[in-house]
Amino acid sequence: MRDAVQMKVNGVTVRVPRGSTVAAAVLLAGRSGFRRSVSGELRGPLCGMGICFECRVAVDGQPHMRSCQMLCREGMEVTLSE
Amino acid sequence: MSHPAYDVVIIGAGIVGAACARECARAGLRVAVVEAEFVGGGATSTGMGHIVVMDDSEPQFALTRYSQQLWHEIAPELPAEVEYMACGTLWIAADEQEMQEVRRKQQYYGARRVPTEILDPRALYEAEPHLRRGLVGALLVPEDLVIYAPCAARFLMRQAQTHSCDLYLDRVTEIRDDGVVLQKGGALSAGTVINAAGTWAPELTPGLEMRPRKGHLIITDRYPGFVRHQLVELGYLKSAHVLTAESFAFNVQPRVTGQLLIGSSRQFGVEGKGIDNHIVAGMLARACVYLPELAKMSAIRCWTGFRAATADKLPVIGKCPGREHLYLATGHEGLGITTSLATGRLLLDQLLQRTPAIPVEPYSPSRDMEVAHA
Repeated sequence: MRDAVQMKVNGVTVRVPRGSTVAAAVLLAGRSGFRRSVSGELRGPLCGMGICFECRVAVDGQPHMRSCQMLCREGMEVTLSE
Repeated sequence: MSHPAYDVVIIGAGIVGAACARECARAGLRVAVVEAEFVGGGATSTGMGHIVVMDDSEPQFALTRYSQQLWHEIAPELPAEVEYMACGTLWIAADEQEMQEVRRKQQYYGARRVPTEILDPRALYEAEPHLRRGLVGALLVPEDLVIYAPCAARFLMRQAQTHSCDLYLDRVTEIRDDGVVLQKGGALSAGTVINAAGTWAPELTPGLEMRPRKGHLIITDRYPGFVRHQLVELGYLKSAHVLTAESFAFNVQPRVTGQLLIGSSRQFGVEGKGIDNHIVAGMLARACVYLPELAKMSAIRCWTGFRAATADKLPVIGKCPGREHLYLATGHEGLGITTSLATGRLLLDQLLQRTPAIPVEPYSPSRDMEVAHA
């Protein structure tokens, strides 16, 4: 990939095309469970447009970020709570 | 005249009405509660649920402290959904003037056997590492606590119902000398009626001097451990005492869920329950002054509610002047969750002509409210 950014998902390095959403990067990293609900169920992106809040992940230590609404940046560290 | 169906009919199943119902039913009285919306609604469902000792006046102190002790007593019985959390309150001093207030408050509470502890900056930041730098200190009141009030009201109602209490989901349209008239038709006869309808109480008891005082609250997503105590700026006291216009202050509460409740605002003369954006903006700006990292967090909901405010900032608990069979239990402003249990107990004391644990005269509906205390 010529125009790619490198980042980490739960410590695993991922390279994605620039302009990808964080949700896409998490899926490319092979993870479909983004977080656990309060009752312990696995959750992941549902609406893909910032409404359902199911795709929340921690980005650079900040929890509850909607991964479908953020673009990947070089060196970004994404943590899934699942 | 036939024997009344109930000894007591209580109007309103907010936390105050529910507490009255529990006291009366446990004492063996036949109780009915009439609730127009749902149990634990009204101001009960929109407030913070902070059980706090206050020292605005001697009667306010006496009522909040007595009621807090009743909460401590009932604590072992509360189900998990009530989210009882013995987190204590931190009254935060931003400057030396507010630190003087911390010392005054400690002396006042100490003289009345309420445990407190003065925190210097080092102890304060150890207790609450996310507070902004440069604060002078704080007063920790460890026996203050937090509950989830709507579930507490439901619990109190359930307890009443295990004795002798019927719940009617209906609206009272008229209070008579022999009971109440219901909107859906019919009437409930009772020896005594208790108007515990909060801000709606004056609609059924004209002449009752109360004004709705609007408040806003914001709740965040879950950030467990970010805040550990109920945090209140000492400037809150200045703000809460202003009886005109609008005011807001830093007042943040941790919930069992890890969420944060962010308050608080006070407005008179606002009718609609819609969100006032400038108030929310002001509250958030104030909160971010004390907890700068809040600015990066997500708020998920914001709502308003109305406190039943009397002119002298004390509730009305007791016999309605000129009405032999009518008692009032309302006007609790922002302290109804705290003072609900004591209200129920003091009301029952009056019904049974028992000697109350604290003097009830300061809360008498026939007092002169215009004589403001210091």
